[in-house]
Amino acid sequence: MFAAAALALLVTLVLTLVRAALGPTVFDRVQAANTIGTVAMLLLAVLGFLDGRPEFLDLAIVYGLLNVIGTIAVLKYFRHGDLGDAGESEEAVR
Amino acid sequence: MSLWIDGLSWVCLVAGGAFCVVGATGMLRMPDFYTRMHAASVIDTLGAGLLLLGLMLQAGWTLVAVKLLMIAALIFIASPTATHALARAAMHRGLKPLLADEEGRPSKP
Repeated sequence: MFAAAALALLVTLVLTLVRAALGPTVFDRVQAANTIGTVAMLLLAVLGFLDGRPEFLDLAIVYGLLNVIGTIAVLKYFRHGDLGDAGESEEAVR
Repeated sequence: MSLWIDGLSWVCLVAGGAFCVVGATGMLRMPDFYTRMHAASVIDTLGAGLLLLGLMLQAGWTLVAVKLLMIAALIFIASPTATHALARAAMHRGLKPLLADEEGRPSKP
């Protein structure tokens, strides 16, 4: 059953990779990269069970932490054009 | 392990994998960035939740289950944050959502 879950996750990765390659806007690619990160976390967890090596779960946790920081950093860069930007207040957006 | 727990874990794993494939198919076939974001949220909620629940049922009351719970908490906190930031960044950059016109046909993006 772990092999079935791993296979489904691999199919998900392939479809998401196609979207990342096709994606017309940069936000499609960022979204695809974020989803690839989530699916990779799940795949690491399933692979740990598949091999009987639960140490893989630690790798999954570290991968998830890096994934969210990477996504937020890339989005801040594409939104403001500057990683050190202070952002704007809630009223200025509306 | 009792047969019931094993069967429930099997159902959770297969359903989670199926929801992941469904979400990825939606990401590939939806017409617009915002609708694709909607499809991707299926992977983050139902797919990841059911897969981690199935793995947790396999692990039983061990440290492995606690680590799986930490992964689930990380996904459930970080993924909506990233999606929210993504939508805000796209709106800030002026990406328009695909809306239907008066006749109900979808307008050109």
